[in-house]
Amino acid sequence: MSALRERPRPSEPAVPAGAPEPFASWFTRRGWRPRRHQLAMLELAREGRDALLVAPTGGGKTLAGFLPSLVELAERGGGGGIHTLYVSPLKALSADVARNLEAPIRETGLPVTIAVRTGDTSPTARARQRRRPPDILLTTPESLALLLSYPDAAERFAGLRAVVLDELHALAESKRGVLLALGLARLRSLAPGARFLGLSATVAEPGALRRWLSPEPERVALVEGEPGPKPEVEVLIPDERLPWAGHYASHAAAAILDLVRRHRSSIVFVNTRAQAEVLFGLLWRLNERNLPIALHHGSLEVEQRRKVEATMASGRLRAVVATSSLDLGIDWGDVDLVVQVGAPKGAACLLQRVGRANHRLEEPSKAVLVPANRFEVLECLAAREAVEEGALDGGAIAPGGLDVLAQHLVGVACSGPFDADRLFAEVRSAAPYATLSRADFDAVLDFVATGGYALGRYERFRRLARGADGLWRLADPRLARQYRMNVGTIVEAPVMKVRLGPRGRRLGEVEEYFVSTLAPGDTFLFAGRLLEFVGILEDEVIVRKSRGGEPKVPAYAGGKLPLTNALAVRVKAMLADRRRWPTLPAPVREWLDAQARRSSTGEPEELLVETFPRGGRQFLVAYPMAGRNAHQTLGMLLTRRMERLGLAPLGFVASDYCLAVWGRKPVERPETLFTVDLLADDLEEWMAESSLLKRTFRNCAVVAGLVERRHPGRQKTGRQLTMSADLIYDVLRKYEPDHVLLRAARAEAAQGMTDIRRLSDLLNAVRGRIRHVRLSRISPFAVAIVAGIGKEFVGGEALDQELEAAVAELLAEAME
Amino acid sequence: MRSEPLRLVGRELLLDPVGAVLWPERAMLVVADLHLGKAEALARRGHFAPPYELAATLARLEALVARHRPRLVVSLGDGFHDGRAARGLEGEAFDRLAALVRRQHWLWITGNHDPAVPLALGGAVLDRLVLDGLTFVHQPSGAAGEVAGHLHPVARIATRAGRVQRRRCFASDGVRLLLPAAGSLAGGLNVLDPAIAGLFPNGFEAFLLGTERLFRIPAGRLLPDLDPHRHRLPAERSPPPSDA
Repeated sequence: MSALRERPRPSEPAVPAGAPEPFASWFTRRGWRPRRHQLAMLELAREGRDALLVAPTGGGKTLAGFLPSLVELAERGGGGGIHTLYVSPLKALSADVARNLEAPIRETGLPVTIAVRTGDTSPTARARQRRRPPDILLTTPESLALLLSYPDAAERFAGLRAVVLDELHALAESKRGVLLALGLARLRSLAPGARFLGLSATVAEPGALRRWLSPEPERVALVEGEPGPKPEVEVLIPDERLPWAGHYASHAAAAILDLVRRHRSSIVFVNTRAQAEVLFGLLWRLNERNLPIALHHGSLEVEQRRKVEATMASGRLRAVVATSSLDLGIDWGDVDLVVQVGAPKGAACLLQRVGRANHRLEEPSKAVLVPANRFEVLECLAAREAVEEGALDGGAIAPGGLDVLAQHLVGVACSGPFDADRLFAEVRSAAPYATLSRADFDAVLDFVATGGYALGRYERFRRLARGADGLWRLADPRLARQYRMNVGTIVEAPVMKVRLGPRGRRLGEVEEYFVSTLAPGDTFLFAGRLLEFVGILEDEVIVRKSRGGEPKVPAYAGGKLPLTNALAVRVKAMLADRRRWPTLPAPVREWLDAQARRSSTGEPEELLVETFPRGGRQFLVAYPMAGRNAHQTLGMLLTRRMERLGLAPLGFVASDYCLAVWGRKPVERPETLFTVDLLADDLEEWMAESSLLKRTFRNCAVVAGLVERRHPGRQKTGRQLTMSADLIYDVLRKYEPDHVLLRAARAEAAQGMTDIRRLSDLLNAVRGRIRHVRLSRISPFAVAIVAGIGKEFVGGEALDQELEAAVAELLAEAME
Repeated sequence: MRSEPLRLVGRELLLDPVGAVLWPERAMLVVADLHLGKAEALARRGHFAPPYELAATLARLEALVARHRPRLVVSLGDGFHDGRAARGLEGEAFDRLAALVRRQHWLWITGNHDPAVPLALGGAVLDRLVLDGLTFVHQPSGAAGEVAGHLHPVARIATRAGRVQRRRCFASDGVRLLLPAAGSLAGGLNVLDPAIAGLFPNGFEAFLLGTERLFRIPAGRLLPDLDPHRHRLPAERSPPPSDA
């Protein structure tokens, strides 16, 4: 809503037609002029058209989305039921938007009511909203699904005129977006008079989002906000040593603090929560002038996060170290600098973060990228180049899972009887399910009705039954209650609360498996302090402040997006184009020269594979640059094949850029290993065995309602005899391997953690183009990955200091 | 498959990795908490667990009996999930179980879930069996020499790879022994729960079931259970860690 704070530029061209009263005078009173895209949205509303508004952050997007509704409500008056429904991915964002809307409504004296409905809304407030529906309802995908599951949903939404979807780019690529897409398909049926408006950050393919918004994408108008000045992106290359390995960028802490000092207010983005803790600790130690800086990430206690957000918004913080928890929407006040520590992984993601600075359109956003190692320098340069060219990446639309469909079908049944043919057509109108087959739809319906097992084993216990009128309805009302308690697609990792002393305050939560690696007396960084693990009391981790010692770092699985393909292509091109090397920073240039001399830097369309002996072991390092997830999968598959070929592999490690495998015997012909058929026989077998598929299955079973979430606050029985998803997995795999939930899990695993599509593209592309370089010792490129071997914390990375010794030793070998 | 010897108040027992106890001296095989018919009992209540639990549990029992060729099999209570499951057993499943029961002596110890065992199946019915200082009973009281089931012990450990494993297990301190549930859909209670840990005043060891052998681990190295599924907005787009 920052457009509200902005002065018009004198050079701005005259707008086609002004805003109607009372808004025209409201704009004038404030000394503003409506933006062109705001007026365009008004015009489209008069024509009753759907629209996708793509604009950089700070373009007055939210007001553009709501202005047509406010104008309509001013004309017809409020109180006629829900007129506009707003959905955002964050509860906090919905609350923020509600606050920001209150100003224009109050100041224009409109009789318009607004309400927020999220998981945080009290039962009293919900009841009030039911009795007297607000004109504008702001909500989240999960709460919308709930609202749609009540029998009065049709009545409640019949008069709906507009649906505004905020941060659409983020929603559409997530599993939550899949559930939302189904909800919107429902709304289209219930409220034929509603317009659908998507608000999105700049994306690579607006076409996909238009389809996401409507089954008739050609009828969705594309409105592009004024681009605003190009962001100024710098890459920080330290004067001294540039690290070879590691991800913490501890070498740059002083430089980052210096940047903070020279700006009014900065956000320092990092990629993982562990990085956030470490960097915050380093900055705090160097912070002799006591600049007010804070830490923000998703594991901190909610109150703590809210406090940081409020302090930041009020301009009292000079810097906040944050993860993607601050990526989205909310206006963080007068931020004039964004620092990105570690590689940005994708241009779209970088642009989103950079847009957090100078939330006003006139001034360019300013960002400094701080690479943590040499590969990351290349990645940062590539990202800067992509941002300059306006070339974006990412933004793939999440495919529709059968588990989410199962949840939705129950929701629909809860709201009333349905006709399967019509519902099938409605589901197919949702973009993620555009290619759903009738057979799969029927299989999911059967799953909901009887569990979906062969031979109709539970026919006599049906939960959904088809009546004489041909409509499907709930046979068992308990299903509605179960549905409402378990709605949503987010299945959490097990975490434990961290408490400072047995009766002290809560600091936040850490992943449970990290706790399992701690012994009493161990220290770790959390919530910006050095803590000592005391023990576990009930379900909580009890800690006390530590006076010293070497911290372990909270390690979080994942949390890092893999390098996007578009950036990888740029990095490869940069490596291949020697004419560009002289323009690169000196330490990077030297590194590339040494690599070219000792081994090869590869060509863009080939796969560089090095083999060399080291420390009594035979190494193979490949550089597919296909991202960490794809490499992880490739490593699993390669080592399986090597085992079969008698090559005695001992282990492997993957990064975003490369994969290192080591074993007892040398690989003489790597071209026989990197073949497409890796994905055929081995993959199926490995997936079935791996804990990854089990984990994905558990999530699908929860989303599909076969296994219930346990709820906080529910009394512990002491003897939990609930069905365990793992037991079900084992039994199903053996007796019904094609069960709909196993298929859902396989599809999700293939697309997420394993990145199988990317892997198969890669293997196809490099067929016959493997450049095998036999070395007598380690290469400069290989140093980064080999140095990290055996130094990992559980699920995390080695601290920079630990890597240094390893690197020094390897460098002596690699660079001579 | 390797069984683990256990000396219980002076008697030499073997713990089978499938979750059964063998007493070689008596050629006696003991299993606990088969919970036959649990899947269907759940389905009656609208939870559609895979309907293969009966087949899977029977197959496991058949393999156990074939491997150890005991003279007596003891079902340590909760052989059936509930009375309806016991009465409703029919067709192939009934024939398979009946054949198994008749192959050697069979003793049903009664549990809290199945006070009535179907007579047509055969086998003797007792509420407890006392033999050579050992007491075979469904519900444990903590007395010396007790071999019991009922509590479905499971244990959680962290492996070196940072993964958490939750496995069914035996629990024993050499004075009393608790058996894991043998039913394929039977849930579990963490051995650190006071209901189990409280039976062993001087601590105990857990014997976690593996595919080929048991893993013997002192209670002090085990993890408690936590609430694994809770609802929250994701702050970071991170895949959940493993809890295999």
